[in-house]
Amino acid sequence: MSRTVSSTGRVTPCEHLDVAEPPPAVVVQPSADELHIPTELILRPGNTNCAGCGMSLGLQLLKQALGDETPYMSIPACCGIVTAGAFPTSAYGAPVAASTFASAAAVACGISTVLRQNGDDHPVICWAGDGGTYDIGMATISAAAERNDDIIYICYDNEIYGNTGGQRSSATPQGVATSTTPRGKPERKKDIMRIMAAHGIPYAATLSVAHRDDFLRKVRTARSLTGFRFLLLLSPCPTGWKSEPDESVELVRRAVGCGLFPLFEVFDGMRYRINVRPGGATLEQYTSCQRRYTSAAIDAATIRAGIDEQWKWLDAQCRAFPA
Amino acid sequence: MPRTLLTGNHAAGRVLALAGEANRAARGCCGGAYPITPQTEIIEYLRGVNFTRGRIVPVESEHSAMAVCIGAALAGARAFTASSANGLSYMTENVFAAGYYRLPIVMIAVNRTLGPPWNIWVDQGDSLALRDAAWLQFYTEAHQDLVDTILLAFRVAEDARVLLPAMVALDGFVVSHTQMVVDLPTQEQVDAFLPPCRVPHALRADHPATVGGLTWPAETAHHRREIQEAMERVPAVLEEALDAFERCFGRRPSGALAETQTEDAETVLISCNTMSRTLRDVIRARREAGEKVGMINCKLFRPFPRQALLDSIGQATRVGVLDRNHSPGSGGVFWQEVAATFGGTAQRDGRVIQDYIVGLGGGDVTPAVLNEVVDDLRRRNHAAAPVWREVAL
Ligand SMILES: Cc1ncc(C[n+]2csc(CCOP(=O)(O)OP(=O)(O)O)c2C)c(N)n1
Ligand code: SF4
Repeated sequence: MSRTVSSTGRVTPCEHLDVAEPPPAVVVQPSADELHIPTELILRPGNTNCAGCGMSLGLQLLKQALGDETPYMSIPACCGIVTAGAFPTSAYGAPVAASTFASAAAVACGISTVLRQNGDDHPVICWAGDGGTYDIGMATISAAAERNDDIIYICYDNEIYGNTGGQRSSATPQGVATSTTPRGKPERKKDIMRIMAAHGIPYAATLSVAHRDDFLRKVRTARSLTGFRFLLLLSPCPTGWKSEPDESVELVRRAVGCGLFPLFEVFDGMRYRINVRPGGATLEQYTSCQRRYTSAAIDAATIRAGIDEQWKWLDAQCRAFPA
Repeated sequence: MPRTLLTGNHAAGRVLALAGEANRAARGCCGGAYPITPQTEIIEYLRGVNFTRGRIVPVESEHSAMAVCIGAALAGARAFTASSANGLSYMTENVFAAGYYRLPIVMIAVNRTLGPPWNIWVDQGDSLALRDAAWLQFYTEAHQDLVDTILLAFRVAEDARVLLPAMVALDGFVVSHTQMVVDLPTQEQVDAFLPPCRVPHALRADHPATVGGLTWPAETAHHRREIQEAMERVPAVLEEALDAFERCFGRRPSGALAETQTEDAETVLISCNTMSRTLRDVIRARREAGEKVGMINCKLFRPFPRQALLDSIGQATRVGVLDRNHSPGSGGVFWQEVAATFGGTAQRDGRVIQDYIVGLGGGDVTPAVLNEVVDDLRRRNHAAAPVWREVAL
């Protein structure tokens, strides 16, 4: 049994949750053909990811969704590029431009522009962390979204700068301890989905590695559209979250279950659809398995109020502008 | 070549467009556009061009302008952009990236003073600050030189023996915003002069590889060494490009260096860009008056043409370097290169290598200023600290 520190600081076993995945609001059964799992992986053996990294799960699901199609990838300086391992080998089963930290979306724009003007329809995918998305890459992404560049931008959000050893980002939740917020982060997490939706892009959606069908469907929906598509993946980082590697999927299930990480999609920046409603897990069950949530700055009541507000807002959007 | 009256900026824009269009039968062209005085008209012009296979992307910053070029070149296209001053310094991270990726991107650098304090006039400090970025650097004298050099830059940068990006600098306002008659090539001529752009390490769906990933010290040192070796091949490749230019256009532009009356000269001045044009008049006049003076216009700065410079300087005992730039704590950047070229032997040889900091922030470098510099140099028996020749307040 794995051991973690609870919010009270005591070491307790992370109790097992026997929750069935709540039925998604929109169920689209993938056909047998769509379930075909490709032999050439996007993330190949030899990659350097830590055990239980959300990226590893996300990249495998991404490939399942794309099938035999090989994407061109633009990955900035972050854990996502360390993943590849050292020259001359590459753990990516796809061509990858390792961009500078802030430039993934602009490099992808150049790639996509040239592919399209040569009649090449391969998907161009940015795979970037929250640092490269919410922080240093914000202007670049905003510009690519405003131009509606033909890119699928996937942010694997581990809510931390993983590669540099676990510093805060503007995606780090309030109260969470990182190496640069040792007493807990005072500021709230930036709402990137609202920011991206505000660009009026064709498609934005959140992804959970604990909800495979929903994940595959959304990547395929994104693939079926053109223009700038934004996907936000909650990506557990056992190293930074101080969680157990074998609990990553369970943690994401709890984040969705307690309402902290809503699964929804936004069309044209306007029409909202909720895919999974909260249920089956509590906030405490999510936070108690991660030692990053142990600072005195954690205030469960404030987090719960934030969750309630977020859901009120989402429900209001869905009522006013249903997809 | 049709003769056309053009500003420096429009000449640069027209040639970039011709070069981009010339790649239409291959992967086409692409670049990023972001304005900054005094280069803005170049990107404005490019945004108005209808390429058969190409697009200039309006980006939110110079950092992204270069990133778009990088992505485009990694997808096999001919890529180019233009910038100045703070735009170049904002772009810096990706300027280095382009060099290290070995992508033959061409960038026009319209030289302007770095700020703050803000000053839009000419000063070569902006592009010289990027001298270590693994780019070729050309400094052009005026409109025709600019047109010819941009064409040469594409050809040399894209040569399989080089595969490095190239920067072509010109003086802000003095060239960018003045008009001169130039021989502007036709599309057919540029099509004939520029072979299709080939990026051998471009991304390919059927060949998964990570370009720009992690390297260990040994591979990193090897990579830098290969860049140095590619740089060392540039002078010969440039000569070949000049031969091809002559075959195509019926005339031969100057190469790495252009000497004026250096044979038997005792005093030689080294300069670049429009200063060289003024200096040439001063040198000719003084020659006519019987003084053994000469000059070298240094067009190629990276790689620095050391051997050619040593050959051109010959037995001259006094070498003056004009620097419209300043590296605080050292001196002029051209002077540093010239001094390094002599490798410390100048002192032993009794040769004077003197730096003159002139025209900073766009101050006019007039014949009077240059005559003072020549007078000063001819009086010197020992080199001293860089001499500052400031414009009177
Ligand atoms: C311009 C620049 N500044 C800083 C860095 C150092 N750096 C590398 S990765 C990184 C953090 C990455 O965080 P994130 O984007 O969240 O991805 P993760 O490492 O968590 O996967 C930083 C700050 C850099 N590579 N480039
Ligand atoms: S530090 Fe975190 S994000 Fe980075 S590889 Fe490890 S688990 Fe993944």
